[in-house]
Amino acid sequence: MAVATAAAPHDEMAEGEVRREIQAKFSFLAWTAAVWVGIFVLMIAFFSFIKLDFGFIIKWLPFIVAGIPMTLFVSVASIALAVLLAFIGALGRLSRNPLFFGLSTFYVSIIRGTPLLVQVFMWFLGLPQVKIPYIAPDGIVLPALLAGILALAVCYGAYMTETFRAGIQSISPGQTEAAVALGMTRSQTMRRIILPQAVRIVIPPIGNEFIAMTKDSVLVSFMGVWELFFRAQRVGRQYYRNFETLLLAAVFYWIMQIILQSIQSRIETRMARGDR
Amino acid sequence: MAEPIVHVKNLHKYFGRLHVLRDISFEIHPREVVCLIGRSGSGKSTLLRCINFLEEPTAGTVEVNGVVVQAKEKGQDRDNRVRKIRTSAGMVFQEFNLFPHMSVIDNIIEAPVGVKGMPREEAIALGEKFLAKVGLMEKRDEFPARLSGGQKQRAAIARALTMEPKMMLFDEPTSALDPELIGEVLTVMKELAFEGTTMMVVTHEMGFAREAADRVIFMDGGVFVEEGPPEQFFTSPRDPRTAKFLQRLLAGEEGRGKK
Repeated sequence: MAVATAAAPHDEMAEGEVRREIQAKFSFLAWTAAVWVGIFVLMIAFFSFIKLDFGFIIKWLPFIVAGIPMTLFVSVASIALAVLLAFIGALGRLSRNPLFFGLSTFYVSIIRGTPLLVQVFMWFLGLPQVKIPYIAPDGIVLPALLAGILALAVCYGAYMTETFRAGIQSISPGQTEAAVALGMTRSQTMRRIILPQAVRIVIPPIGNEFIAMTKDSVLVSFMGVWELFFRAQRVGRQYYRNFETLLLAAVFYWIMQIILQSIQSRIETRMARGDR
Repeated sequence: MAEPIVHVKNLHKYFGRLHVLRDISFEIHPREVVCLIGRSGSGKSTLLRCINFLEEPTAGTVEVNGVVVQAKEKGQDRDNRVRKIRTSAGMVFQEFNLFPHMSVIDNIIEAPVGVKGMPREEAIALGEKFLAKVGLMEKRDEFPARLSGGQKQRAAIARALTMEPKMMLFDEPTSALDPELIGEVLTVMKELAFEGTTMMVVTHEMGFAREAADRVIFMDGGVFVEEGPPEQFFTSPRDPRTAKFLQRLLAGEEGRGKK
């Protein structure tokens, strides 16, 4: 009973300790905010010092912002195709068929082993050199948008193949044993037992890949797709105002990241809650 | 006597160079309850898992309910026969292995519907019958994560029973349970045994073996050291190794009884 009275409301020492902890936490946050504000002030001072043309920025802002839908479209289309490729790739990585296994390991190795920019150029500049009689006598020339989406999808599909494989392999072997012991075939086990569990595991990583994709989609500007960065560059080069337009593009990529990341973390907390 | 349900002939199993099952042959007859006991590593779980080919035997023949599969067979026909064996021998695992993304009733009807092609309503009715039998009707729509260990194992037993197998295989069904939850699972198993379900049970629960088994087999080093009816097996073991094992186990149980 003596123990119970120790936790009574008028424990001065405990109250003081709690207050000090809250104060310490608050002052840390306040100082962090101050550092950020300081950085912004310094940046604005720096921009005025180099005589950044703010009127120019305001004038061209709508033109550059109009590239955001294209950036998002490229990202969404590419991630959708990448998910499909990664799914097939992961099944190949787990296959006991040497042909299927060999194809998928080669795919993952070569794509992850080469720079994305090289791959983008290969799709856009390399393929036109591939002349196939009757089918493509003048070389394979893909529309810029299609080439860009394919390049991103094939690249991200290779990285996500490993994510999907890990997701499938993280399901306990006991699940497969229980399923086959009930008489299920291998494909029934995969479809009904393993994949539904693996999907839950790989959704957060897919979100992260998508967020990264919105930044890497900048590479399709090399093909002349009118997305955010392409528009910024076009204006900047024309008027020799590159700093202004690049800054603008950077700010919008940043804002997109912040928004997407907050959506992502909300999805993750919701999924974690549904789990147990 | 009727035809045996299980007929194992000259079974061998190697894990790499390790010879874990050495030329094992035995039969299990309808309505018989066989308990397989022995130290860990004696090969008892491996033997059980060879019967429904969760482990591929290295050599020998397994026959279950008239379906024969030789070790190392290949091909579609072999796979079909293995699946037939699996549908006629229900399996209960140490770790339950319920499907966590499905409710209890969905766990139970998954295989009857997907494997046997039973109409959904019929499977649900049958599943509910077995759920009631294991005393879990009120957990019908819960997900496995919300069940206790004992409830999970009882749900897993209902899942296996709803396939209406010819016999049941139990692989240490109470070894992963907290001591206070073991009883509820053993009660269900005893009920099955007394109803005449053919069962092969790998277990450390000597009380269950004594009460429910028709035959107790003691395994050591990949062979059957001794087998017999429980009264004889527990009171006057013939082999010194059996005696030693039982002695050690008894000492352990007394130690646990004292708390």
